[in-house]
Amino acid sequence: MHKFEYASPKTLDQAVALLGSNWSEAEVLAGGTDLLSLMKDFVETPKRVVNIKDIPDLKGIRMVRDGSARIGALATIDQLIDAFGKTVPAISDAGMGITSPQIRSMGTLGGDLCQRPRCWYYRAGYGLLAKGENGDALVPNGDNRYHAILGNRGPAYFVSASSFGPALVALKARILIHGAGGKREVDADKFFVAPTSDSGREYDLRPNEIVVGVSIPSTLGVRSATYEVRQKEALDWPLAAASVALKMDRSKKVTEAGIALGHVAPTPWNAAEAASWLVGKTVTEDVAAEAGKIALAGAMALSRNAYKIQLARVAVKRAILKAAM
Amino acid sequence: MAEYTWPEEGKRKHIGKRISRVDGPAKVSGKAKYTYDIIRPGMLYMKVVRSPHAHAKIVSIDTSAAEKMAGVKAVRVIQGPGTEIRWAGDEIAAVAAVDEPTAEDAARAIKVVYEKLAHFVNEADLSAAPAAYRRQPTEQKKGDPEAAFREAEVIVEDTYGNDVMCHCCLESHGLIAEWVDDNNLLVHPSTQAVSGNGGELARALQIPAGNVRIKMDHMGGGFGSKFPIDRWGIEAARLSKMAGGKPVKVMLERDAEMAVAGTRPSAYAKVKVGAKKDGTIVAWESESWGSGGPAGTGMPPYPYVWQIPNTMTRHHSIMTDVGPQRAWRAPNHPQACLVTMGALEDLAAKLNMDPLDFVLKNIEMTGARSGVYRDELLKAAEMIEWKKIWRPRGQGGVGSSGSLKRGLGLSLHTWGGGGHASNCDVTINSDGTVDVKMGTQDLGVGTRTAIRIVAAETFGIPIDMVKEHIGDNSFPSSGSSGGSTTIGGISGSTRRGSIDALNMLFEKIAPSMNTTADKLEAVDGTIRVIGSPNQSMTWKQACAKLGTQPITARGKNPGPGNLTSAGVCGVQMADVTVDIETGVVKMNNFVSVQDCGLIIDMKTAESQVFGAMIMGVGYALYEEKIMDSQTGRMLNPNMEFYKLAGLTDIGNFKVHMMTGKGYDERGPIGLGEPPTVSPGAAISNAVANATGVRVSTLPLTPDRVLEALAKERRG
Repeated sequence: MHKFEYASPKTLDQAVALLGSNWSEAEVLAGGTDLLSLMKDFVETPKRVVNIKDIPDLKGIRMVRDGSARIGALATIDQLIDAFGKTVPAISDAGMGITSPQIRSMGTLGGDLCQRPRCWYYRAGYGLLAKGENGDALVPNGDNRYHAILGNRGPAYFVSASSFGPALVALKARILIHGAGGKREVDADKFFVAPTSDSGREYDLRPNEIVVGVSIPSTLGVRSATYEVRQKEALDWPLAAASVALKMDRSKKVTEAGIALGHVAPTPWNAAEAASWLVGKTVTEDVAAEAGKIALAGAMALSRNAYKIQLARVAVKRAILKAAM
Repeated sequence: MAEYTWPEEGKRKHIGKRISRVDGPAKVSGKAKYTYDIIRPGMLYMKVVRSPHAHAKIVSIDTSAAEKMAGVKAVRVIQGPGTEIRWAGDEIAAVAAVDEPTAEDAARAIKVVYEKLAHFVNEADLSAAPAAYRRQPTEQKKGDPEAAFREAEVIVEDTYGNDVMCHCCLESHGLIAEWVDDNNLLVHPSTQAVSGNGGELARALQIPAGNVRIKMDHMGGGFGSKFPIDRWGIEAARLSKMAGGKPVKVMLERDAEMAVAGTRPSAYAKVKVGAKKDGTIVAWESESWGSGGPAGTGMPPYPYVWQIPNTMTRHHSIMTDVGPQRAWRAPNHPQACLVTMGALEDLAAKLNMDPLDFVLKNIEMTGARSGVYRDELLKAAEMIEWKKIWRPRGQGGVGSSGSLKRGLGLSLHTWGGGGHASNCDVTINSDGTVDVKMGTQDLGVGTRTAIRIVAAETFGIPIDMVKEHIGDNSFPSSGSSGGSTTIGGISGSTRRGSIDALNMLFEKIAPSMNTTADKLEAVDGTIRVIGSPNQSMTWKQACAKLGTQPITARGKNPGPGNLTSAGVCGVQMADVTVDIETGVVKMNNFVSVQDCGLIIDMKTAESQVFGAMIMGVGYALYEEKIMDSQTGRMLNPNMEFYKLAGLTDIGNFKVHMMTGKGYDERGPIGLGEPPTVSPGAAISNAVANATGVRVSTLPLTPDRVLEALAKERRG
């Protein structure tokens, strides 16, 4: 690990002031479940680490009477599971998929959303876009069994590993951001971006901005679920995941739908076409399966990951059935 | 002359009972110190410069910057310019520094220039192996396979195999080396060979073997990968010398552990096997290949266990530029078992026979111990409710529902496990306590406990009156822990030493009891005249008569009397559910029925089997050393994508140990390896039974399961 300066600001403005104007200068430390590993492996080498755990504004989950909620970026995964277990299963299911009690206890919502890819080429030091010595992309010709099947025309081929991203996209949440230029909000769907250069990031943040929280619109009457296709129940990443948020009328017809996939693309993947197709339908196994097919209609397998298309279809189908149940 | 036998069943006070391991409290409380935990005064940390290339020639090495760094105490080039490197992660140079970060910075400051050469790291596709990486195939023939296949009425042909996997010891390889003076070295390694490592280091360092002291109290897993002291261990001793004798600690980082500290070789085979309509197996033919790294790998024993009368085998040893293989529990057996039992299960399916009936029909072909296999098969079938749950292939076992298909699979295995050479000193003290000193090691399997049980049983005293002293090569030498030889070796030497020490005590006290030594016995804390229980004295009173001179006897294995044997059988049956929409395999129940002669401690014996089954689920479903053909490097040298089975993945285990007549009189036989052999085959067969298709290669990952199902649909 390179030497670095450690700062522990007490206010948001102090924190933002400590961040740099480009990404190599500073990294934000929240739960610390991943950043330190990245630094020890020299994958990320910030000159300054800004601890935000002492900033009170970033803590807490506020449930509003109208069914909306505002979640601080420092809310831990365990706190999210507790807060939304009864009302928004899409969120708590996603949290429960993180099967390490230690990570659930320390890991934060902000950290999950800004989590760096798990791509094994990136993690081995080949850069965010995983290029070999000659500059060729390693993923398309390499072992891409866990890589993207959607949004994978390059140059990014990794998958977003965010557990909560798909749920927030399906719920049409907004990401609250604070930076040197003040506050702003962005739709969860727009927050995640596929980088086009090694120095880019997988989210819409400037180097001197941090995620301060998430606002979730009213979930009254919303049925939601997350389904992960996992090889292992014990600590492991899902092979594909889907989050679904539905509103249904008395006749059980879908009136509103949000569907987003995880672990299939460089960002949580908003399956908007599948969601709008679902509106007006009564959920049956066949309808759910068809929605899965529509969600994956644009999928393209790399050399080793065709199976993930099937898994993602199943994830969508099962998430819809689970939500509608 | 003493009789060297084991006590009969009714007379055993400790042997065969369920006794918790004696080092358990120290381990769960953190008091037990592993090599990883040990911090010696003034200790330096060693870091290794490793080749990033799988195949390269070293052009130049510049250590000057590292040497100048503050806190760096010694720098050594391990492999100099001109050396050809054959795997990524191989050791090039090493540094010792005052702390780990400084050592790491120094290692990164060493500049190595390589000339990259073409590499080959993935051998699953035999046709892709370049000529330079193939050895001349070997062929063996028995009987008349051509004629037998002509006469066979049912023949199946398919491909079976497993990828390369890692040992993944939770405590990585490493040691601490320090020169206590100019000529004497003290080493704390994590090793399977306490008595053997000293000589190995001494040869490398050209000092007398007696000048190397080895000490290890606890170790965190070896599985066959921790016999040698290793190049990094020798380098630590050299760096220590350069640093004025200061202790130098080297523990491999997880990525290095996975890349260089041992693999289990891959094995792939195209198999053809034939039978008569009545199920009698008549012929076997296999063309196999596999790799264990730069030296290739030999042929596993195909066909495994089954003495098929007509066989033809052809094997290709393939070399790869991957960190070399090491022994992995029961070397070659799991691979041979998977290939053989997989092919036989497929043959049974084609014969429309229940595989249980099929193996029972052919059971004589398993040789001299076929009766044991039969008993074990019937016991396992009862435990897993085979006849109730099993349905013909692809129909889905009882409990299948929707996309969830249940299946059962079986396998059987063998292993030797005869006791190794072992010596110990058994001392009876005048306070009644007993010390057993032996240069053995406890790999976490219960060796300490077994020593105490055997000695306490012999002396008729509680086990807490015995203290074992192990993990030190200044104690009488005892074999390394490999080949499942430890329990036989240490039980044999402890029993003989204890019997001799007890007889010496009898000689000492017999006159005061107005009898002779041959008329005495030690039972329940007393020493008494055989047949006259009233003529007795307590164990403590007897030992008090020793005064200032304790009794010490040397126990040996092998030695007089038949205390140990070799050769065990075992049967495993797996009950799985496969989600045919996702290809995900879940364990329901997993049954292991195992014999291993006389069981010293039922609890630690069962625990050995549980551990083997957990590891078995891991290699059947999850574990694979994934190599990148482009970079030549391992892609998953971590515990994130090198997937190990967790508690929620293993399902329910049931273990039955065969004991009593026919087993106990054989004496203790090793158990560390046999139950690791069958899991791959049993689980693979269960998946085939559930889904109706054979997934050819372990691990049985969702992509492979879905591909096998899709292939079947394509026809």
